[in-house]
Amino acid sequence: MLRLIALVALILVAPLPALAEKVVAGLSQNRVSITATFVGSEILVFGAVKRDAPPPEDGPLQVIVVVEGPAHPVTVRKKDKRFGIWVNTDAIELAAAPSFYAVATSAALQDTVSTLEDLRHLISVERSIRISDNPFTNEDPRDFTRALIRIRENSGLYKLMENSVNLREDTLFDTRIGLPSNLTEGEYRTRIFLTREGRVASQYETVINVQKVGLEQWVFDLAHDQPLIYGILSLVIAIAAGWGASALFRVILRT
Amino acid sequence: MQIYLPIAEVSVNAFLLLGLGGIVGILSGMFGVGGGFLITPLLFFIGIPPAVAVATGANQIVASSFSAVLAHLKRKTVDLRMGGVLLIGGLIGAAFGVQLFNTLKEMGQVDLLVKLSYVLFLGIVGFLMFVESLNALMRTRGGKSVPVRRKHLWVHNLPFKVKFRTSGLYISVIPPILVGVLVGVLAAIMGVGGGFIMVPAMIYLLGMPTKVVVGTSLFQIIFVTAFTTLLHATTNFTVDMGLAVLLLIGGVVGAQVGTRIGLKLKAEQLRVLLALLVLVVCGKLGLDLLIQPAELYEIGQAEGH
Repeated sequence: MLRLIALVALILVAPLPALAEKVVAGLSQNRVSITATFVGSEILVFGAVKRDAPPPEDGPLQVIVVVEGPAHPVTVRKKDKRFGIWVNTDAIELAAAPSFYAVATSAALQDTVSTLEDLRHLISVERSIRISDNPFTNEDPRDFTRALIRIRENSGLYKLMENSVNLREDTLFDTRIGLPSNLTEGEYRTRIFLTREGRVASQYETVINVQKVGLEQWVFDLAHDQPLIYGILSLVIAIAAGWGASALFRVILRT
Repeated sequence: MQIYLPIAEVSVNAFLLLGLGGIVGILSGMFGVGGGFLITPLLFFIGIPPAVAVATGANQIVASSFSAVLAHLKRKTVDLRMGGVLLIGGLIGAAFGVQLFNTLKEMGQVDLLVKLSYVLFLGIVGFLMFVESLNALMRTRGGKSVPVRRKHLWVHNLPFKVKFRTSGLYISVIPPILVGVLVGVLAAIMGVGGGFIMVPAMIYLLGMPTKVVVGTSLFQIIFVTAFTTLLHATTNFTVDMGLAVLLLIGGVVGAQVGTRIGLKLKAEQLRVLLALLVLVVCGKLGLDLLIQPAELYEIGQAEGH
């Protein structure tokens, strides 16, 4: 009986010491500029655990870093064989899927965070995809979301990097998150979680701004704000280059 | 050297794009095709989003065709009157084609239709051209001179006859306009210049001399693709200037080289080569439809993004 009371007390009290730990973090850069020669970027995420009391005894400390690109609606199509050829037969429109999603952890993901906490804080990539339930389909949307994750993992847009956060003396941590070259613009939400025994003990949130700059920005803005002028400009450049090269060739051949 | 493309939002090797443009430019100059049926699928392979590949391909065709058409104008191998008639049809066709394209896009089957049209048109045209030009090649090998085509086709019985002096033809304007419309529709749907349809149609349907066919088709192509480029730029925002510039630098140089290679080869040899090229592209696209893809799912951008 005493043992049971002790256990209940432990369960009730256990979350409290977790508050005694607080994560303090920083990024090597919180602005990524996409220039003409942009080939991707690497962000160093580092930080420390601030404590008002000695570290709690229960379970080892773990760190999770999540970097998440802006979400957009996405259509996932499935091919099937009809009349001997492979054609798109089914499609599902997902309400929102992040354009980029990287999770870095200090141990295996399932040892770092419990399923319940994952659901609550939307940590793993499966949780980050918002499905609007479509009553008009009998397909299993999980097949489609799994396919989405698989395709984006293969192209390096979604990644799970287990054991990639270095944690020293349960106090200092750092990791590197590689951003690929095919980034979309927007605010990249960056979250850092401290966990103990699968429970989130503390979290920190910041934003990385990914923006086109210089010529890239100018071209992009012109194409969207003044499409007709942009289209004509594209044609003028094309014709000028075609004409110029033709003239140049004549000069070269004559000499 | 990697370069980031502002509209396509991907980073690709600049030299790869220059090389791609160059190869397509050579073919464009040699055969009088815009090269769109090659450049669009090639851009897919290097990871450019399809919508951007189609629109930018059209823009690139303008550039590579322009320098080639100048070369042809100088040698007086362009039938301007015929080109004008084809162009009228082409613009009508392109406007209609864009409407059709948007309707099919809403139905979600535009990819399939584009691929099927590629396989169908390239297959028929490539096969007919291959057989015909091989026969012509055999005849010249046999020492006999090629008979001049002066058959009385149904084409010659239609009203609104016009004299096309450069081509040495006196035919109705209806068949060239219809050819132009068909090419315009294909330009909008398939993102190609349409030379691979127009060149055989001019030779076999209109009976134009092979010498002026290449220049005249290029003349029509630059205007139709320019029109298509503007439509894509204003409705879908998918013309990538950076991508186009890189492709066309390679393309214009290639077109000059190609025009000179084309002059050295005999018309029959040129046609056998073009037929083979068309059949290879057709075969590749056909196999893609028949063989089970490694990934059954694909991600499309949702409407309204």
